[in-house]
Amino acid sequence: MTLSDNLETELNHTSRYVATSGVNDFAIRFANVNGTGSASANNLLLKSIFRMGIPVSGKNLFPSNIQGLPTWYELRVNGKGHTARASEFDLVVAMNGQTYREDVASLKSGGYLLYDSSWPLPKELMREDVNILGVPLSNLCTEPFPGSKERVLLRNIAYAGAVSALLDLDHSIVSEMLDEKYKKNEILRSSNQIALTIGYNYAKENFECPLPIRVAPLGVNANKILIDGNTTAALGCVYAGATVAGWYPITPATSIAENFLKLCERYRTFEVTRPDGTVEVKRNFAVLQAEDEIAALGMVVGAAWAGARSFTSTSGPGISLMNEIIGLAYYTEIPAVIINVQRTGPSTGMPTRVQQADLMTCAYASHGDTKHILLFPADPNECFSFAAKAFDLAEHFQTPVMMLSDLDIGMNDWVVDKLEWDDNYVWDRGRVLNSEQLAELPNFLRYSDPDDDYVTSRTLPGKDSKGAYFTRGSGHDRFGGYTESPEAYQDVVDRLTKKLQRAASYVPEPIIKSKPGSNLGVITIGSCEAAVLEALEILDEGGVSLDYMRLRGFPFDQSVRKFIDDHENCIVVEQNRDAQLRSLLILDLGVDPNLLRSVLSYGGFPLSTKSVVEGIEDLIKD
Amino acid sequence: MPSIRKPLIPLAPLPVNELGLTLRDYEGGMSTLCAGCGHDSITAAITRAFFELSLPPEKIAKLSGIGCSSKTPTYFVSGAHGFNSVHGRMPPIVTGANAANRSSIYIGISGDGDSLSIGAGHFVHAVRRNVNMVYVIENNGVYGLTKGQFSATADVGSSAKKGAANETPPIDPVILALSLGATFVARSFSGDKGQLIPIIKAAVEHKGFALIDVISPCIQFNNHEGSTKSYHYVREHEIKEIDQVYIPPSGEITAVLPEDGIVKVKMFDGSTLAFRTLPPHYDPRDREGAMHYVNQARLRREIPTGLLFIDEDAPDVHELNSTTDTPLVDLPYESLCPGSGALARFMEGFK
Repeated sequence: MTLSDNLETELNHTSRYVATSGVNDFAIRFANVNGTGSASANNLLLKSIFRMGIPVSGKNLFPSNIQGLPTWYELRVNGKGHTARASEFDLVVAMNGQTYREDVASLKSGGYLLYDSSWPLPKELMREDVNILGVPLSNLCTEPFPGSKERVLLRNIAYAGAVSALLDLDHSIVSEMLDEKYKKNEILRSSNQIALTIGYNYAKENFECPLPIRVAPLGVNANKILIDGNTTAALGCVYAGATVAGWYPITPATSIAENFLKLCERYRTFEVTRPDGTVEVKRNFAVLQAEDEIAALGMVVGAAWAGARSFTSTSGPGISLMNEIIGLAYYTEIPAVIINVQRTGPSTGMPTRVQQADLMTCAYASHGDTKHILLFPADPNECFSFAAKAFDLAEHFQTPVMMLSDLDIGMNDWVVDKLEWDDNYVWDRGRVLNSEQLAELPNFLRYSDPDDDYVTSRTLPGKDSKGAYFTRGSGHDRFGGYTESPEAYQDVVDRLTKKLQRAASYVPEPIIKSKPGSNLGVITIGSCEAAVLEALEILDEGGVSLDYMRLRGFPFDQSVRKFIDDHENCIVVEQNRDAQLRSLLILDLGVDPNLLRSVLSYGGFPLSTKSVVEGIEDLIKD
Repeated sequence: MPSIRKPLIPLAPLPVNELGLTLRDYEGGMSTLCAGCGHDSITAAITRAFFELSLPPEKIAKLSGIGCSSKTPTYFVSGAHGFNSVHGRMPPIVTGANAANRSSIYIGISGDGDSLSIGAGHFVHAVRRNVNMVYVIENNGVYGLTKGQFSATADVGSSAKKGAANETPPIDPVILALSLGATFVARSFSGDKGQLIPIIKAAVEHKGFALIDVISPCIQFNNHEGSTKSYHYVREHEIKEIDQVYIPPSGEITAVLPEDGIVKVKMFDGSTLAFRTLPPHYDPRDREGAMHYVNQARLRREIPTGLLFIDEDAPDVHELNSTTDTPLVDLPYESLCPGSGALARFMEGFK
């Protein structure tokens, strides 16, 4: 193939996977400087479109920095509900001189470029095949907003006003949202409203509004919410009855602990009157900000040993530090819930970018022979239910359970079904003996008498001296005693192997979507779902039919094995360099490596449909 | 229990405490430490103190990290839950356990390597949080279980068994804890049960983090000429200038101490601690004074022992957190789950 052939193929591809933009089908990229308050403006647009009942997603591609570096916000509107990250844009709002060149390059031919025309059009932004929309944002804001800091912030709201006019957003919805947001601060409310109107009116007066890319109310969001996965994960911990959280600040997991604290302050506090008549707010929880992640998990294990539901939330570097205590909890059989909001590694990596690259390290975390229960949520709705489930699994199996979310799920707002809670839920505390049960036993032996799930009974400190035993990370026998005997040691660790095998049938089952006659399967995980499902639809339209399986838990159940066996071969789509999910499938199920091929994306941005379509097509071609 | 097993049948009926338990009920498994190890004496003092305080065994939780010192929780109160965790990480594990169940009595046994090297970061933060626990450092200046390396408390100029001298400045856990805002700081010597037992009792009664740094010679690797943690050296350099008596809530000050120079501190549970101090102006409630005094003594190569500082008024970890009085582990699920109605209302904020 010649170079021009290549180009042509690429262009053909382009025309296939990017649906013709138009009403309720387009993508916008906002290019901003971080620390300038652009998030408010971008969120305002996202939420307004959501309130108009249209499927939408917002991806915040932000730097690991507080002020001054490039940050992007990508908004995709799709009436059919495909809201994976777009790779090309119909409208670019170019507010950052540092990135003009790449921002304008990301525009589709025939797309729109909105820039601040208070100054002449920079040459980096010139492109002949796009429509240039100049809005003198700075000039428009000079008179009404004399303060320079205020002007920087409100310039963003002004572009939101212009964009809302161009896209035909319901002005009353946008304006109402500002009223809601600033209901406690009249000065901010009024200045934001003024900025919004300035931008809105300018666009109305100077451009042909609306553009061909625009929204039309759909009304499909009645039972939906717009929410991030860290908020829902924290909610899941509250609803599961977690009382102790140990944590250390780390992007992108910080907001789980912070949200848990806020939620507990809302739902788990009560007032008591002190003897001197003053009132104290008492808390039915303890959130402990630890000195490091080692301590954070140490606190969790200590609290769980004492009988509380406890958890920590962290990201890759925290998992690395927690390894030692993960092994302790595994071997001493103490429940622990760890929420890992994955970011780009190795080392510090790219802290504000996404990856699914902690699969292997979590599955077998800590030195020695270990294996752990993992849960893989795909969106904020599953973050809620899986977080709650993690506690049941951890206490049932007396072992660490890790929920592997990621930055895209955890920190971006997603349109998902409303969260629901079954008030008949009964928590599974696992085999914990109380005094009455202990009284019936001749004596208590910690690691003896396993049940069908190979779980033995435990006792809690502070309750009954008949249940007293010595928890130790050193070699122990089935009675809990110290041992260096090969047989006594193996007896315990062999039971742990079987226990983890049993856990496979307790983790959430995979989501499988099959078509008749398809002999190729696609296997994926977590936040890849949106892009993979859209890619399969596009491929299907092109005559390539593939079955779909999204894994939701580890160890893998036999249904996973069956899906693989039922197909000639499978393609594993995941967001890491080393095909870790594929490796786990080979290791855990003994699948022939030749049956699994990979489509990998690991640059740190949320998975785009384009990369999945191209990746699968390349494999099928071979 | 010390290495040499005692006869199981006592010759005379053993005295019982308020719970009707004997000293034997506060003993644990057989020690596997070396004969003559200072740690075994500390174990004996803990056993005696807990017996005399009539602590219900099931209310005691004994935790440790890794090392010779960390083996000792198996040697006392076999009716208590124990947790021999990982090297240096005992403080966060106690912090979590204490957060979950504030009604237990937590004792953490650590060593100088466990607390001041690998676990130094955890030790200092447990002090800062004022976690309600007794924290014993069995301090021998040496890594015993790995056979004789210097620890972070080895003094400059002290020599190892094989002769090499330590040139790295030591960490003094007492001064460190005082500088961190510790609310109970004591130092003692494993060879002095008469002093150690009342200190342990006071530490149990103290509300908050109670540090007891116990010089405990390592008979195998740090008891030679040139060591500053040997039985001989400590006996030569110890100055017992601060004496204290623990008085239970109902008790009265007995005649052990002369009235002049006595300082009394009311403990959280209503008991009293009385001090007699030899330095005329020493006040165990004065943090700055205590730090200065210990520092000056150190320069004179003296080891002042006794309860060096106490603050009964500082808030502990639960007061700082405003935790409910009911242990969190005893809260019923209904009081923890806001229910489907609250969730539906919360969802409205995301519309």
